[in-house]
Amino acid sequence: MNIFTRFGEFILMIKGMFTKPEQGRMYWKELMHQCAELGIGSLGIVSIISLFIGAVSTVQTSYQFVSPIISRTVIAQIVRDSVILEFAPTITCIVLAGVVGSKISSELGNMRITEQIDALEIMGINTKAYLILPKILAALFTIPLLVIIAMTLGIWGGRLVGDITGILPHEIYDRGLQTDFMPYNVTFALTKAYTFAFIITAIPAYFGYNVKGGALEIGRASTTAVVVSCVMILLADYLLAAILL
Amino acid sequence: MITIQNIKKGFSDKSVIDDVSAEFDTGKCNLIIGASGSGKTVLMKCLVGLLIPDEGEISYDGQNFSQMNTDEKKEMRRKIGMLFQGSALFDSMTVEQNILFPLDMFSNKTKAQKQKRVDEVLDRVNLSQAHKKYPAELSGGMKKRVGIARAIVLNPQYLFCDEPNSGLDPQTSLVIDKLIREITTEYNITTIINTHDMNSVMEIGDRILYMYQGKKEWEGTNKEIIFSKNERLNNFIFASEFLKDAKDMRMLEIKGKIDNERNMDDLLK
Repeated sequence: MNIFTRFGEFILMIKGMFTKPEQGRMYWKELMHQCAELGIGSLGIVSIISLFIGAVSTVQTSYQFVSPIISRTVIAQIVRDSVILEFAPTITCIVLAGVVGSKISSELGNMRITEQIDALEIMGINTKAYLILPKILAALFTIPLLVIIAMTLGIWGGRLVGDITGILPHEIYDRGLQTDFMPYNVTFALTKAYTFAFIITAIPAYFGYNVKGGALEIGRASTTAVVVSCVMILLADYLLAAILL
Repeated sequence: MITIQNIKKGFSDKSVIDDVSAEFDTGKCNLIIGASGSGKTVLMKCLVGLLIPDEGEISYDGQNFSQMNTDEKKEMRRKIGMLFQGSALFDSMTVEQNILFPLDMFSNKTKAQKQKRVDEVLDRVNLSQAHKKYPAELSGGMKKRVGIARAIVLNPQYLFCDEPNSGLDPQTSLVIDKLIREITTEYNITTIINTHDMNSVMEIGDRILYMYQGKKEWEGTNKEIIFSKNERLNNFIFASEFLKDAKDMRMLEIKGKIDNERNMDDLLK
């Protein structure tokens, strides 16, 4: 199956999601369930990654800025902008592509091969709308929130490590954070977050939904889904930076 | 009644269903039998609309299913219940939630009414103690019974069962067969069953369609099948030496009785 056929199938899958829900209450319930699964379920890993990314950024930036003519507040500025522009949205979403993407792909793949999707179809339920759309909407709702949390924790992690190690006292760090802050960077980061949220749910959903075969194919679909999602995130990251910055 | 006319279905260059026509009666257990790969499952998937036939027509009580639009098909599917080969229960839901799901999705009943209906169908399949269990905690036979309960919870007019006895021991198979037979009669529904279990054929086969390499090879009842002269059908049903011996003994016994009463040729049509 060539790339154009797959792309065509993907577009048809997206188109197929938009129908009138059979029972709005059930779709709402599924949406809330997915928000909890994707959002709250990923909070732990996102928090850990963000804290360490912020901490490492502070240490490494500090290590590279040894010149006495450059103000120490620059370290905080660099950490702030790196975390907001790149680390929080991109690294978080690449990790989530692995965590959430493989989960979505294997869940749908398992439902496909055990005929659970067929069972829903027989009942007269639009499975694309019921199984895929809530996942994408939940991601669009929760992943930008996770990215905001990642920004906050990343910056705070840098501050904490600066203080603990004595590299950068928090007074200087705080002053640096407030220097030349551009609110547009946050808008840009959130634009990336929404784009990546769509990528890390829609692509694995496509691969999982269309699994044919058995357990081996579910594993292959999950791997392919994660790899394709990561590549698409990096591509979208570059394109958005080129267009919006 | 479900009628199919000149159904054809193929994948790539390979024809899987070739010009099959049949009628499936209401209130009866209609069996589609045949060896693995004979096209039974594909035919059933065409019947329920999971696959679209390349040619031919499918009618549900005179309504042409093949010509229905998506919304009409969705509406029609609500009259259909299906028991899948692997039961296809939703793993993340309890037995009760599995059965509640179609009710939540398609009925406007109150919570109490829905609960009452769930209790009724679980009682009907003799699983009144399994409400809170997850599919992983159930045996194969119990899963099939939950599958049947879920299939009948919305009072369907048509029931499809894809190999309901696969993976079950003979005793449990009999229980499932009996249950399907009772439900068919009780609800007066059109039941179509895919199977290659000869016990089921003899037990509940009101009408039997034998498929061979995608074609309809023979059609009749469980009373006629044993006397069929169709060589392929005989090879299929008497594949085991035990059954062959049983058949010879039965034929001798029957022949003795018939010789005294009427001409054997009348029966061996």
